[in-house]
Amino acid sequence: MNKNSKNKALKNLEEVTIRFAGDSGDGMQLTGMQFTSTTALLGNDLSTLPDFPAEIRAPAGTLFGVSGFQIHFGSMEINTPGDSCDVLVAMNPAALKVNLRSLRDGGIIIANRDGFNDKNLKLAGYEKNPLDDGSLDKYQLHAVDITKLTHNALEQLGLSNKLVERSKNFFALGMMYWMFSRPMEPTIKWIQEKFKKTPEIIEANTKVLKAGYAFGETTEIFAARYEVKPAALKPGKYRSITGNEATAWGLIAGSVKSGLDLFLGSYPITPASDILHELSKHKNFRVKTFQAEDEIAGITSAIGAAYGGAIGVTTTSGPGMALKGEAMGLAVMLELPLVICDIQRGGPSTGLPTKTEQADLLQAVYGRNSEAPIPVIASITPADCFLTAFEAVRLALKYMTPVIFLSDGYLANGAEPWLIPDVGSLPDISPTFRTDPQGFYPYLRDEKTLSRPWAIPGTPGLEHRIGGLEKQHITGNVSYDPENHEFMVKMRQAKVDRIAEDIPLAHVEGDEQGDLLVVGWGGTYGAIRTAVENKRREGKSVSHLHLKYICPFQKNIGEILYNFKNVLVPELNLGQLSKLLRAKYLVPAITLNKVQGLPFKSIEIENKIDEIL
Amino acid sequence: MSEHTNLVEEIIKDTKKNPTQKYTAKDFQSDQDVRWCPGCGDYSILAQVQRVMPELDIPKHNMVFVSGIGCSSRFPYYMDTYGFHGIHGRAPAIASGLKIARPDLTIWVATGDGDGLSIGGNHLIHICRRNIDVKILLFNNQIYGLTKGQYSPTSEFGKVTKSTPYGSVDHPFNPLLVALGAEASFVSRTLDRDPKHMQSVIRRAAEHKGTSFVEIYQNCNVFNDGAFFTFTEKETKDDNVLFVEHGKPMIFGKEKDKGIKLEGFTPTVVSLKDGKYSPSDLIVHNETDTMLSFILARMSNIADLPRPVGVIYAVNRPLYEAEMSKQIQKAIEKQGEGNLEKLLNHGETWEIH
Ligand SMILES: Cc1ncc(C[n+]2csc(CCOP(=O)(O)OP(=O)(O)O)c2C)c(N)n1
Ligand code: SF4
Ligand SMILES: [Mg+2]
Repeated sequence: MNKNSKNKALKNLEEVTIRFAGDSGDGMQLTGMQFTSTTALLGNDLSTLPDFPAEIRAPAGTLFGVSGFQIHFGSMEINTPGDSCDVLVAMNPAALKVNLRSLRDGGIIIANRDGFNDKNLKLAGYEKNPLDDGSLDKYQLHAVDITKLTHNALEQLGLSNKLVERSKNFFALGMMYWMFSRPMEPTIKWIQEKFKKTPEIIEANTKVLKAGYAFGETTEIFAARYEVKPAALKPGKYRSITGNEATAWGLIAGSVKSGLDLFLGSYPITPASDILHELSKHKNFRVKTFQAEDEIAGITSAIGAAYGGAIGVTTTSGPGMALKGEAMGLAVMLELPLVICDIQRGGPSTGLPTKTEQADLLQAVYGRNSEAPIPVIASITPADCFLTAFEAVRLALKYMTPVIFLSDGYLANGAEPWLIPDVGSLPDISPTFRTDPQGFYPYLRDEKTLSRPWAIPGTPGLEHRIGGLEKQHITGNVSYDPENHEFMVKMRQAKVDRIAEDIPLAHVEGDEQGDLLVVGWGGTYGAIRTAVENKRREGKSVSHLHLKYICPFQKNIGEILYNFKNVLVPELNLGQLSKLLRAKYLVPAITLNKVQGLPFKSIEIENKIDEIL
Repeated sequence: MSEHTNLVEEIIKDTKKNPTQKYTAKDFQSDQDVRWCPGCGDYSILAQVQRVMPELDIPKHNMVFVSGIGCSSRFPYYMDTYGFHGIHGRAPAIASGLKIARPDLTIWVATGDGDGLSIGGNHLIHICRRNIDVKILLFNNQIYGLTKGQYSPTSEFGKVTKSTPYGSVDHPFNPLLVALGAEASFVSRTLDRDPKHMQSVIRRAAEHKGTSFVEIYQNCNVFNDGAFFTFTEKETKDDNVLFVEHGKPMIFGKEKDKGIKLEGFTPTVVSLKDGKYSPSDLIVHNETDTMLSFILARMSNIADLPRPVGVIYAVNRPLYEAEMSKQIQKAIEKQGEGNLEKLLNHGETWEIH
């Protein structure tokens, strides 16, 4: 049986990028995720980019209904989902049309010929069938009758047409498993678990998956088969994790470590909802999730819970952040711990709900009335969301302050292998509640952190009143005194500034000085890292600084910046971090801005580096 | 590490040891000077609340007063309990979060007609619907007091205020109907100038398990003086107010000579003097009757009918926070207390050597 495949050359590749694309109803996300987990199990490093439309089930065959999933994996370090893909799986003409520009010249197209019928061609705006008119000659085109072959595989089962059609993504997955020498067992196990209640679906999907694999093995159409060896990852136990999962787990870890219950007040919004979903599952951690009537209730309920001694958390995206502004100011005034997660998406207004952007940075840092300083930290990779969310909890509790945690659509839905941390090695979080009525004043501060005591209802003798009106220093009574107001404004700022003493110093990837420093923040980490490494390999004097702490900045940022002749700040906005850096450090930062709802390609950053050096 | 030590539970455990001392009204007065205008109806509400609190036998450190913004929302500053002066309209949401996180606390909300029905209308209806055990006192003065006299969502059509010099063209809300429509499990109304009645309603609201909604007619003597005088002043009150009591026929009037009878679904006033009708012809109030509650609440919109005051509706239904706690208990029983190590390692993992 293996005769045929033995004849085919097994080529070794260091890295590959595959893009699965089809109708939003074609199950492309699921296919991509299955390929991802199997690939992770094989020990490859990887990075993924799900790319789906805002419409749940856009009309079939249309360009705007195309859903894609890109995975970049390799035997080397992988930091991005790949600038362009090597293989494009296109289930219909629209999927081909939308995604062709991301396929490299000479790349492989696997097209479902059955999907290229007259109706679909017309919907995608093709006058002639691109599979036949020679327009794809510069690629290696394989047109496979995926739908028909799926039907053939399931002939005996007597399933409805609709059910059969739904399995066809497993055929494509089977082909890819064969082509890249991946085992089918993990997916078969997953199918058995997922469709426990419907044995006929288990049978159908398994059959189709195997049929796809066998098709690769037995037909002559694929010239080559590839192998991608495991990456030299740090030894240890790994799992695959998305940014939103990691965020949810980081918050839970904060709850476990601090001994405080987690309360989430949230209103559903893409791409943040999955954090609400994930946290809602973990009731045995005593997590309380409250799906509020709107974003304002989301945050104010979390503030109420924090007042009662819980870790208050609210999760949202840009439009929700806008609604939460006033309540964030209240949390600043009350000096209660709170974590505000903003999973950024394209804006303004409803913008591009399912696409990524980094344009809420200034909103996070400044977007409130009056002087309302809030620490802002940003995760830099999907897995890093775990430690960053945990850090947000730590800072909020220690400094009695709201903390803004920034992530984005790319990090939220993207996945990567994660070396599971040792729970014991997580930083300590040890909040205390005030219990002693002797000498208790609601706004008498700790000398070191400048934080006020957390005196929760239920504590005898500490009955006191707090609110959004200006507080008198120490007593916390309402005060309209001019000097006191200025004092308190400065005090709240000083408290946030003091966090700089409590966070690790920034470190540069590459040399500590040189011609160019590329400074990024948040989800652009992988693209910048790849670009800088490539240029360093070419001998260019370029280094990389990636900021996770935006407010306050780490203490040594100025020192680092001044060691370079040029500073380049690539951002998925019109230049927001660059403004902050220029204002604080007076450096003539060069900007590289992209606002297409898509992450940077490393080549885009490399080109800019070449332009400067 | 994995054994669960909950800091809040430690505190609650501690406070349970404290024997409840006997309080007087004075124990509930904070050290802050009360800053409402002299003659404001808010004073009476504060006094009645401070009078009823000692009867509840709840340690005052377990009580929290939450408010939004407005004259009425200054209330928490004057109560010597825990107090939370929030932002405009959001008190029900703040209180919801607090109650869900801390079901052991007794939570009251003080709000105004603008705070609760305009900017915070959304939160008000949703707390009622969820039936979170929070007691809401809505100070209805049919005006925005703190911002110096604009019309509010309860101001009458045609009202002349600073922002409506030609008269308001807004149709007002009936707060009782808002609460009933939002599925509140306890709906009542009382009067700032009837201390005894207010105390009895506050007591009932306190005893109720679930969201208690209390509308209080409150005089703003500066910007809307006399808005409710027909219902609160000696000369007119008896003939214009129907005090409803569970199980009792609906009788009113200075001489107790008038009653409310249902003609179809329409309540009408009948005289008990001319022998044509006796109390047995009248509606007998039943707090648990949903249909009746709507009819009673609607009476406020009909000019010739007396204004119903008292507990309009009171039923028991599941508490949001209790249901949530139950789910958590069940999850812990089934899966065991959450273990972080297990969470991080569950599902598909692989080793790199
Ligand atoms: C977000 C916001 N908008 C507007 C205001 C101004 N404001 C304060 S109180 C109030 C109306 C209060 O009316 P009501 O709730 O009836 O309270 P009252 O003063 O009558 O007791 C307004 C509009 C505010 N504080 N915050
Ligand atoms: S303005 Fe009206 S409601 Fe406000 S304190 Fe004065 S009298 Fe009372
Ligand atoms: Mg008012």
